[in-house]
Amino acid sequence: MILRPDLLTIAEFIPENARILDLGCDDGELLAYLIEHKQARGSGIELSEEGVLACVRRGLSVRQGNIEEGLADYPDASLDIVILSQTLPFLNNPSFVINEMLRVGTRAIVSVPNWGYWRCRLEFLMTGRVPQFPDFEQKWDGEKRWQLFTLSDFEDLTQWIGVEIDNRVYLEGNQKIDRGARWRARTAVYALTKSS
Amino acid sequence: MIVPIQTFTFAKDDPFVLESGLTLSPVNLSYETWGTLNAEKNNGILICHALTGSAHAAGYHAEDDQTAGWWDDCIGPGKAFDTDKFFVICSNVVGGCYGSSGPTEINPETGKAYGLNFPVITIGDMVRAQVELINYLGIDKLVCVAGGSMGGMQVLEWAAHHAERVHAAIPIATTTHHSPMEIAFGEVGRQAIYADPRWNNGDYHESGESPDAGLAVARMVGHITYLSEESMHQKFGRRLHNLEKYGYEFETEFEVESYLRYNGSKFTSRFDANSYLYITKAMDYFDLTQPSGTLAAAFTQSTNLRYLVVSFTSDWLYPSYHSKELVRALTVVGADVTYLDIESKWGHDAFLLEVDTMTGLLQSFLGRLEKEILAGTK
Repeated sequence: MILRPDLLTIAEFIPENARILDLGCDDGELLAYLIEHKQARGSGIELSEEGVLACVRRGLSVRQGNIEEGLADYPDASLDIVILSQTLPFLNNPSFVINEMLRVGTRAIVSVPNWGYWRCRLEFLMTGRVPQFPDFEQKWDGEKRWQLFTLSDFEDLTQWIGVEIDNRVYLEGNQKIDRGARWRARTAVYALTKSS
Repeated sequence: MIVPIQTFTFAKDDPFVLESGLTLSPVNLSYETWGTLNAEKNNGILICHALTGSAHAAGYHAEDDQTAGWWDDCIGPGKAFDTDKFFVICSNVVGGCYGSSGPTEINPETGKAYGLNFPVITIGDMVRAQVELINYLGIDKLVCVAGGSMGGMQVLEWAAHHAERVHAAIPIATTTHHSPMEIAFGEVGRQAIYADPRWNNGDYHESGESPDAGLAVARMVGHITYLSEESMHQKFGRRLHNLEKYGYEFETEFEVESYLRYNGSKFTSRFDANSYLYITKAMDYFDLTQPSGTLAAAFTQSTNLRYLVVSFTSDWLYPSYHSKELVRALTVVGADVTYLDIESKWGHDAFLLEVDTMTGLLQSFLGRLEKEILAGTK
């Protein structure tokens, strides 16, 4: 099974035998990988019927519904890790969801696109158009709404809401970026915990 | 697929004690099976029927039988409940009128039909009778129990109170407790039967004159709750039945009237009015939130099961939020739950009509159970 680079990085953050929940788990690719390779005990929350059916085909346990309502059903500290991959820009209330993730889980793993990526900056400058997603094809069709933010914006947000960044990996494709990440990374994966 | 009706009798000596405290002896259960029970006896699936269903869930009773069992779309070789792999069982509920003990049965003490002398039964009683049948068949643990509507209530009763006997529960288009609205619809149906003079306080089995008019109205009310506004628009609209224009009289004029009358009257030839009273009453009593007061408490001993909860977006009899409450309770206790709210315009009836989605979903879920049980991982 070959995973998208940011999903592989998420998988690196997950210890063996963890109790996990994948928010917006899509067709269950990551979840299935974590159960197979990390012996995770996990389930997902997914809004689309196709996504849920695809997950059940993989033998996964998934609840259909939106992330906010789904998370609300979980008792405090009932899981080890709650995952949110590439979904943050689509949420109505990202800070609420991050806090909820850390109420339910000990750790939250969040992967985000970076609109501060140099191509995005250049595109805006040169064409005068708001750049599309830095890491995958998604053209604005007027149907879905998403929030554009950079890695700097996201890291500021974690400070405002009092969440600690435990670990982070910046990625350009499958390359890990050390220097100049705010310009050079297309995506980033963060491990978050509650501030002590 | 020709399938025989079988009968299992228990409580011949020790009477079956009901939730009400009353007893029944003996108890007959009519049942049918499809597929073959394997040597390990670990491939059994129990299907639970809805209010007016019977043990005849699939196949035909005779070569020239016109209609197949009520869930024939989903039970059979290669179907959702694949009878090449699983041994599928369905029994008529206690209180029913398709061969199991109920008000139409002859009371051995009087030699006459029980009528209203039959004790009031509950969903819990129906399920404890099914447990006796599963014991008799030599099955220690079922792969799953599945059913829609009242069948789903029985599924939840199995999960809550007989958790050690099932690997998985598949409650479909159902509820954990009857809401006031559902009780209200039940009561309208019962009042229609009481109001029919032929009902005669339930004592009509000997007279040969049954309360068909009352039962037909009860069925008509029920039928409306199984549809949706959209499906009624689509099926009938405001179309007239065999008429060009309004007749300005009180004959059946609209297509929807004709449909309800036809189904009401057809129903009286296949169902017993007293059975309708008993079964609707059992559904009204159903409330898994009791006695503890919380739904989660009902499932604290049932967290080892796999759950597949299914609802339908246009079902207003058991709306999706009923299933979501169940999913919430199962999540709170840490159970393994999969939930899908299937997009459908067919109302409550969707559970029998959305065959493609249901087949895909059930096959995937059962495939997983099969692997887990064979691998002994559970």
